[in-house]
Amino acid sequence: MKNLIAETGNSGPKVRSDCQIRLDLSKKNGIRIDLNSKVKSMYGSSITEMCMDILRFNDIKNASLEIIDTGALPYVIMARLEAAIRTLIPVENEYLPDMIEENKYQSDRFRFRFSRLYLPGNTPSMMINAGLYSASGIILDLEDSVAPAKKGEARLLVRNALRQINFYGAERMVRINQGEMGLEDLNYVVPHNLHLILIPKCEDPTHPRRVSEHVDRIRKEKGIESQVYLMPIIESALGVERAYEIANSSANIVAMAIGLEDYTADLGVQRTVEGRESLYARLRIINASKAAGIQPIDSVFSDVSDLEALEKNVKASKSIGFEGMGCIHPRQIAVINRGFAPEPEEIEKAARIVLAFKEAEKRGEGVVSVGSKMIDPPVLKRAEKTICLALRLKLIPEDWETEMLNQE
Amino acid sequence: MKYIKNAAGREVVTELNGGKAIPYMGVGKYKPDTRKYAPPLASCADYPGDGNKKVNSIKEALRKCGLKDGMTISTHHHFRNGDLVANQLFDAVKELGIKNIRWFPSASFPCHEHLIKYLEDGTIHHIEGSMNGPIGKFVSEGKMKGTAVLRSHGGRYQAVQDGEVKIDIAVIGAPQADPFGNANGLSGGSACGLLGFALVDSQYADKVIVVTDNMVEFPCVPWQIQGNYVDYTVEVDKIGIPERIVSGTTMITKSPDRLLLAELTARFCEATGIIKEGFSFQTGAGGTSLAVSEYFSQIMKTRGIKARFARGGSNKYLVRMLEEGQIDYILDGQTFDLDGVRSMAKNQRHVWTSPFTSYNYHGKGNFAGIVDIVILGATEVDVNFNANVVTHSDGYLLHGIGGWQDCLFSKTVILPLPLFRDRIPVIIDEVTTLCGPGELIDVIVTERGIAINPLRSDLIERAKGSGLAFKRIDELKDEAERICGKPEKAPVGDEVVAAIKWVDGTIIDIVRKVPVQ
Repeated sequence: MKNLIAETGNSGPKVRSDCQIRLDLSKKNGIRIDLNSKVKSMYGSSITEMCMDILRFNDIKNASLEIIDTGALPYVIMARLEAAIRTLIPVENEYLPDMIEENKYQSDRFRFRFSRLYLPGNTPSMMINAGLYSASGIILDLEDSVAPAKKGEARLLVRNALRQINFYGAERMVRINQGEMGLEDLNYVVPHNLHLILIPKCEDPTHPRRVSEHVDRIRKEKGIESQVYLMPIIESALGVERAYEIANSSANIVAMAIGLEDYTADLGVQRTVEGRESLYARLRIINASKAAGIQPIDSVFSDVSDLEALEKNVKASKSIGFEGMGCIHPRQIAVINRGFAPEPEEIEKAARIVLAFKEAEKRGEGVVSVGSKMIDPPVLKRAEKTICLALRLKLIPEDWETEMLNQE
Repeated sequence: MKYIKNAAGREVVTELNGGKAIPYMGVGKYKPDTRKYAPPLASCADYPGDGNKKVNSIKEALRKCGLKDGMTISTHHHFRNGDLVANQLFDAVKELGIKNIRWFPSASFPCHEHLIKYLEDGTIHHIEGSMNGPIGKFVSEGKMKGTAVLRSHGGRYQAVQDGEVKIDIAVIGAPQADPFGNANGLSGGSACGLLGFALVDSQYADKVIVVTDNMVEFPCVPWQIQGNYVDYTVEVDKIGIPERIVSGTTMITKSPDRLLLAELTARFCEATGIIKEGFSFQTGAGGTSLAVSEYFSQIMKTRGIKARFARGGSNKYLVRMLEEGQIDYILDGQTFDLDGVRSMAKNQRHVWTSPFTSYNYHGKGNFAGIVDIVILGATEVDVNFNANVVTHSDGYLLHGIGGWQDCLFSKTVILPLPLFRDRIPVIIDEVTTLCGPGELIDVIVTERGIAINPLRSDLIERAKGSGLAFKRIDELKDEAERICGKPEKAPVGDEVVAAIKWVDGTIIDIVRKVPVQ
């Protein structure tokens, strides 16, 4: 007996900016749409029209569609309806919302990854303003924050969000699921200007390699030129042991993170603020990352109400070598960004490097050196980024070059 | 029904509940040319010489006041959603078999849902006062007999003072009172801080009843309501539910979106130099506003500056600023939590005010105009900076005016608002209901950009180089539409269900019935 009724989405007293869809394909008397929405008087017709269009797009001629809407933006309704359809019939082509102009920018390997804001992949209300908090990166999560029964619809929501939510320049990231499901996730998200993939619970250098191969296949198929970066998350004892191998397993790996909640669970110990129980793991990740030339990233700080403790934690984290931290609440972002931002000495050093490069260029020299040390291109690039960031963070004045030259 | 276009271009009625109505003529354009209304004179011969005006029940007091069909009864809203007076009052009115009463509350709340049956059976003919929740819905759907009239706190005072609304019987719930009728809101189980909203009722009503659950021996000191205006006093079991009158403790919002708005607002104020030594401000106690006052406090601490006064809605945070010497005075209109009540009772610098001193427009100046910065909310703002606080975009009455209109006369008016709420755009082409004209609204702060009214070239100049994102108001509107989609206009019925008054008693807009599907 084929299943002809599907329910997707969310509704309820605490649900906002989302919708619940009930699609019944068993009836035979045309298309009936029943909309219950707090914005019915403003968007009722456009919602109904859009749903008719989606049903037609999928060659559905007979359906009973019930929508309970709490102010869902159009791309959310699209995702929920598509998820319902996919549960019932095979879907060939995706009904995609436009990719907004503001989301067409690229990322690069060396960009700073101070703060990454996790967003549960099936909660549209938290996505709307995520880009406003100046996080270095925004992670649409398909893994632990999405219930197993909702993984299918979350994929479509995340795909649509990549196209329609303004990321305001943050790095566009998705955390995929483990194993086969994760590879399947890639099909939905990679084609939409995805910058970076977080690979959870990485224990084996083959994980990132498999992901990378699958990504390349998709890129080839869709003609995507830009790279998609990878960030494995180490969350177990075995992962820690193999950290260096994992860090080196693919050229597209730009950073490696540690997930301390699962790691401490794996060890069978309590996670503490001082973190003695995870010191080895953290240092190992840092060392392995630096040895492999990638950025080590620290775990999220779970106490969202204590910003003072967070600040201390960030300081400690930076001092042992981490270059960024995950976050689970927008209020944490400013503290984390400030904490990982370049120190005055770092900026000074970067300024010297950039100035030296400019001098060398002027003199037509090919090699840049500061003092007796030669400066490799990646170091120069990093220095330029530091200056850029320092300018953006207003840590140095616009005319820093003149000031510096005057000093010498 | 005859309509006329007022100075704001809105079509309004010329007659209201059987009386003439004056259309809005512009800010400061309409001036009264008559004298204050006055209640009839009384003689001590008709009142107990021993000062004991006690009667046994509200019902008996109403009977003795000569309650008749069609009279106007007023109440205050200092007990907010914990009020038990209005419901008891109308139960008594019903028992007396009286009909067609005009209820004149300073505001109504969801707890007054109890009164919907009295609207349905004709005990209450219509309400003139803000409406929340279920009563608002009832009225929006055209079910009330008369036309609702919404006024600001100042407008309510003005209406009574001018004789526009003649109160037959004022019923004043008092947390503490003596048999003579002196009353205050400072102590007792239903303590609410002050009784400022009932001041005009006590002064101008024909008959005044004080209802208390905490009768003390004469004298009840201090007297925020003077017993010399009072006809009868009644003691009942309970006049309010304490935890719904004042909150045990006020908490700042935790919502990151609201905190972001508050932060941007505070940064704007700092960057434009509005926060300076001796300045004054009013922020209210809503989620975002409270956070703004906290940010102000931090900025003031960092820069070592003091504010001359703050107007409240007092709450724990404002009280703390007073006690730590960050502000010289709190000029308080209503207290929202126990800290506010405590502070008002013992701190001389925590001063109670009334709509007369703070907001009355037909007077010789008021406090609102003196305030430097006021932070307000809105349901909608349009591309001309006009704002709406009483209806939703779907046309439903959901909110009162409060002191909002009166506060528009402060020197800088800032509205921190989300660009849209659950897909409902907040910045739009034209407001559903006009409550405040754009010329008085200076800055709209949204999470996606700040719009300064072009009339404020001084602010625009000072804001340069602040690093904040500024956009034109129409750009913000376009952005809201791009994200949410262009909204269709909500269907609107013909019948007028409410009139919105401006601070001078003229009609600035009307609300039409929402067609029920």
